[in-house]
Amino acid sequence: MNKIQPTPGTLVETFIAGCRVGELRLQCCGSCGAYQFYPRIICADCHGRDLSWTAASGRGRVRSFTVVRRGISAAYEAPYVVALVALEEGPTMMSHIVACAPEDVAVGAPVQVDFAAWSDSVSLPVFTLESRD
Amino acid sequence: MASLRGKVAIVGAADTRVGIVPDATATELCVEAILLALADAGLDKTEVDGLVTCNSMSQPMLYHAEAIAEYLQIFPRYCFAAGAGGGTTFSVLHHAAAAIATGMAETIVISMADSLRSGLTRDQAMLMQSSTGHPQYEQPYGPTVPAYYALIAQAHMAQYGTRPEHFAAVAVACRAHAARNPAAQKRDPISVDDVLGSRMIADPLHLLDCSLVSDGGAAIVLTSAERARDFPHAPVYLLGVGEGHSHEHISQARSLTTSAAVESGQRAYAMAGLGPRDMDFAQLYDCFTPTVLVELEDLGFCAKGEGGEFIASTGIGPGGALPVNTHGGLLSHCHPGNPGSMFALTESVWQLRHSAGERQVANASVGLLHAQGGIMSSHSTLVLGREAG
Repeated sequence: MNKIQPTPGTLVETFIAGCRVGELRLQCCGSCGAYQFYPRIICADCHGRDLSWTAASGRGRVRSFTVVRRGISAAYEAPYVVALVALEEGPTMMSHIVACAPEDVAVGAPVQVDFAAWSDSVSLPVFTLESRD
Repeated sequence: MASLRGKVAIVGAADTRVGIVPDATATELCVEAILLALADAGLDKTEVDGLVTCNSMSQPMLYHAEAIAEYLQIFPRYCFAAGAGGGTTFSVLHHAAAAIATGMAETIVISMADSLRSGLTRDQAMLMQSSTGHPQYEQPYGPTVPAYYALIAQAHMAQYGTRPEHFAAVAVACRAHAARNPAAQKRDPISVDDVLGSRMIADPLHLLDCSLVSDGGAAIVLTSAERARDFPHAPVYLLGVGEGHSHEHISQARSLTTSAAVESGQRAYAMAGLGPRDMDFAQLYDCFTPTVLVELEDLGFCAKGEGGEFIASTGIGPGGALPVNTHGGLLSHCHPGNPGSMFALTESVWQLRHSAGERQVANASVGLLHAQGGIMSSHSTLVLGREAG
């Protein structure tokens, strides 16, 4: 059984191409300077169209999380941690916190991006706990 | 701007059998609810000129309301199926009230039903669950529906010091109400320890923090306040209504702990000229226990972050200062998906008619109803009363 794959689209392909080369790509607005995620055809803040892709720092904090005890399908081995990560640049994204015991995850914990294979051709961002002050 | 306050009233209300109803399809439950509500209102089908439904997950139809009208051979001039998750029910009532006030229709039936318990295979149910969430940036991470609400619960705990036993108290109170409701799916009393001892589904939510999976349907008949005086039962008037829509996907929420119930509540209170202290009961959307805490706070029953303490000190169970979900709610009465809040609506009609039997709230004259859909995304608040104003 396969994991759920992102549905195709031009913007998501640019995002996934970033994952392939180890970049967490965000859009940045040339008019107001806001970063945004998920990618859109406009800046959600000012509706400007002068958007460019930038590589994010990959650093963020856990805004919230849960431990899924019963996986959504056989492709997802429970328990797994689904989290909302507030990126250093501002936007929040959903992801997994990996390579740790679920009980070590806490709201506010600093995390660092990594990339995990979702299929033969697709990798997606996941996060690991980072030890920093 | 014209206000809808006191302009329309509910003159018929009915539930089908709920819980596990394997002998009826979702379509049949939707039709049955309409027939029961028309009988309650003493109306013939030829007097219905508006019909609103929501689509069914177990028997989806491209044009659902039209299909139901066809089944019944009624020919409305106002007809649509709406979809905003659990918030659909009260949003629809808002739209139907405006339609009556502007002359688009005179007598509108709102009916919703589904068979999530008996009408879906396990594979269909899991597929439905995995289709919640952003298809590119959330679904691949495999969040379950409880997981989305667990994200809200965990954030509330971190921000305000809320504890799992605060959430559990909601399930205990809803079950105590359901124990007094012969129609409820789950009626055996439970304790906070029972909730905390039940299987963990998505931390911090236990099995008993999660609502039921049910079959069932309910319908109401809405008409103008002028016409409402000529029906067998005393009318129940719409005094206030408001909506607030803040996001669809949880990763895009403005806040995880404060919802657009703030806006929907303020709009409904302003129209009604009433506030939270005027309410004799509240029916609050309880797909998972934490939503009730957030709604109590956002609708002004207590200060932000104090939902858990409010429940402990005020009491939301039978005989409490603010009875919440007097029928048992989605947690203990039934939860057939999008139609879920219809049962809060019919229950409120019976409370305000003073016909709720053993679970009647003494002298109930005004009540608040709140529903939300998505993941705390689309919010609708109603204020209903025995008097037009």
